[in-house]
Amino acid sequence: MNQKHLELTQVAIEFPTPRGPFCALQNVNLTIAKGEFVSLIGHSGCGKSTVLNIVAGLYQATTGGVLLNGREVDEPGPERAVVFQNHSLLPWLTTYQNVELAVKQVFRGRKTRAEMREWIEHNLELVHMSHALHKRPDEISGGMKQRVGIARALAMEPQVLLMDEPFGALDALTRAHLQDSLMEIQADLKNTVIMITHDVDEAVLLSDRIVMMTNGPSATIGEILEVKLPRPRNRIALADNAEYNHYRHQVLSFLYEKQRKVEELQPRRETAASDAGKDASGVDEPKARA
Amino acid sequence: MTAVLLKLKRANPVGWSADQWRSLASGVFFPALGLALFLLVWHAGAQQINTSLGTFPGPVQVLEQWNNLVEEQRQENERRHAFYERQEQRNAELLARNPDAEIRWREYRGRPTFFDQVVTSLVTVVSGFVLASAIAIPLGILIGLSQQVYRAINPLIQVFKPVSPLAWLPLVTLVVSAVYVSSDPMFSRSFLVSMITVTLCSLWPTLINTSVGVSNISKDLQNVSKVLRLNWVTHIRTIVIPSAIPMMFTGLRLSLGIAWMVLIAAEMLAQNPGLGKFVWDEFQNGSSDSLGRICVAVLVIGVIGFLLDRSMLLLQSWVNWDKNAIVR
Ligand SMILES: Nc1ncnc2c1ncn2[C@@H]1O[C@H](COP(=O)(O)OP(=O)(O)O)[C@@H](O)[C@H]1O
Ligand SMILES: [Mg+2]
Repeated sequence: MNQKHLELTQVAIEFPTPRGPFCALQNVNLTIAKGEFVSLIGHSGCGKSTVLNIVAGLYQATTGGVLLNGREVDEPGPERAVVFQNHSLLPWLTTYQNVELAVKQVFRGRKTRAEMREWIEHNLELVHMSHALHKRPDEISGGMKQRVGIARALAMEPQVLLMDEPFGALDALTRAHLQDSLMEIQADLKNTVIMITHDVDEAVLLSDRIVMMTNGPSATIGEILEVKLPRPRNRIALADNAEYNHYRHQVLSFLYEKQRKVEELQPRRETAASDAGKDASGVDEPKARA
Repeated sequence: MTAVLLKLKRANPVGWSADQWRSLASGVFFPALGLALFLLVWHAGAQQINTSLGTFPGPVQVLEQWNNLVEEQRQENERRHAFYERQEQRNAELLARNPDAEIRWREYRGRPTFFDQVVTSLVTVVSGFVLASAIAIPLGILIGLSQQVYRAINPLIQVFKPVSPLAWLPLVTLVVSAVYVSSDPMFSRSFLVSMITVTLCSLWPTLINTSVGVSNISKDLQNVSKVLRLNWVTHIRTIVIPSAIPMMFTGLRLSLGIAWMVLIAAEMLAQNPGLGKFVWDEFQNGSSDSLGRICVAVLVIGVIGFLLDRSMLLLQSWVNWDKNAIVR
C-alpha cells in the first residue's frame, strides 16, 4: 500500500471576498495509498469541504495541486465520485433513475442495457435499497437517501470516493447502521475513500488514517493519526478496547486542547459567511460518551 | 352552520364521516353561499342604476340575453345549413344539365355570432400564448444559465415589460400590414395583429420566472452534474428544466392570464374579430339589449379566463415532478 495513488502537494486556496482575498488553506500535503480510508476531521469552517472540493475538481487550488495516479486533477469527473452531505439526489428521479443517470454517463458504450440494469440493481443492493427502486427521494427517509447517494457514487466505479459528512444529518442509530454498511462495502470493494466527519467515533471506527486539520484561516494539516485497529471492526467490541480509546483520546485532545476553537475571537460574520447552514452540526462541544 | 352540520351528522343519511361532511360544506356550501350573495347584491344594485340605455341589467335579464344569444346561434346554424343545401342542389342540377359545367362552391358568409367570436378569441389567445411560451422558455433558460446573457437582456426586459398592449397595437398593426403582404394569406391580418400583441405582452412573466427558476438551481445538483460530466443537452434536460418547472409554471399561468386580458383589450381597440369586438359593437349599437349582452360577454370572458387558468394548473400537476406541491 505504498504506491502514491492520490497526492496533494502544497495545496493552497484563496477565495476572493469583498474584503479582499481570503486564504482558506495553505501548505496542505497529503499522500493517500490505493484502497486507503482516510478521514478529515476538524472544526466547522476550517476548510475540510474545501479540501474535498479541490480533490473533486470543483474548486481549483490557487497554488499547488492534486495528482491522481500521476495525472493532474483539473476538473470534476466520475473517477472521483462525491457523496454530498445532503444526498443531492435529483428529486424528480426515482432511486433507480438517480443511479441510472450516473451509470449511463460512466458506462455508455461499455455496458449493454441489460448489464447496466444489473449493475444499477447490484449497487442499490449493496446499500440495502433494493426494496425502494421506484420511490422518489421525497418518499424515503434521510438515511435511505444517503444510501442511494452512496450507491450512485459507488456505481461510478470511482478511483476515489469522496464523502462530505455523509452521515452528518442523520440520527445516531441510522448513522451507526450506515457506518456498518460502509465498512462492509469498503471491505468488499477496497475503494480509496476520503471522508469528512465531525464525529470522533466515526473517524476512529472507519479510518486507516485520520487527518486532523488546524483552524482556519490558512488552515492546514495539523496531525495525522494512523489507526492500526484490525479489521473487521466491531463497534461494540471496540467500546471497551484500550487501543480504540487511545485513538479517540488523541483526536479529542487535538480538537479540544491543541486546536481549541476560541469562539470569542472569531468575528461572527466569518462563521456566518461560511456555509453555516450546512455545517450547523460542526464540532463545537466534545461528544458526550458513556 | 355548525348546528345544521351537527343535525345532518346525527341523521347521517348516507353514512358519511364528519370529515366528508366538512369537505362537502367547504366544497359546495361556501361557494354557493358566495354566489347567492353576489346575485342578490347584483339584483338589488342593478335596479338602482339608470343608464342612457335603460336600467342596468340584473341576473334575470342577463340570463335572458344569454338565451337570446344561444337562439341566434341556432338560427345562424340553420341558415348556414340551408345555404349549403341550396348550393349543393343548385350544383347538382347544373351538373345534370351539363356535366362539363364549371361549378363554384361558395363559403357561407354570415355575421359572426357571439359564439363565433368566442372561438376566434380562444384560438387567438392560445396561439399568442404558445408563441410567447416558445420564445420565453428557451430564452429564460438561456438568461438563467448565463450571467452575461442576463446582463445583456435584463435592461430590455425591464423596459418592455411595462408597455401596455394599447401602445403596442398601432405599431404591430402597421408592421403587420407592411410586412405581411400575400395575395392568399394563410392567416388574416387582424388575427396576426391580435396574436402578436398578445405575445408581446404575455412574454414577460414566463421569461422572468423561468430565468429565476433556472438561476436558482441548487448548487449541489450543479455539482452532481459536473462530477458526472453531463453534456449540456443532458444537463438542461435532466437538471435545469425539472428544477425550473415550478417557477416556469408560475410564469406560464401569469402569462396566460395577461394574454387573455390583453387580447380582449386589443380586439376592442383594433376592431379585430373576437369577444372584444363583440363588446365594442354592442356598446356602439346602443340598443336596450346591449347592456345585457355586454354583461353576458363579461361573464363569459371571466369564465373562460378561469378555465384557462385551471387547464394550466392541470397541465402543471401533470408535468410537475413534485406531486406534493400545493397548486392553487
Ligand atoms: N466559495 C467560497 N467563497 C468564499 N469563501 C469560501 C468559499 N468556500 C469556503 N469558503 C470559506 O473557507 C473556509 C472553509 O470552508 P469549508 O471548507 O466549507 O469548511 P468546513 O467544511 O471545514 O466546515 C470557511 O471560512 C469558508 O467561509
Ligand atoms: Mg463542510
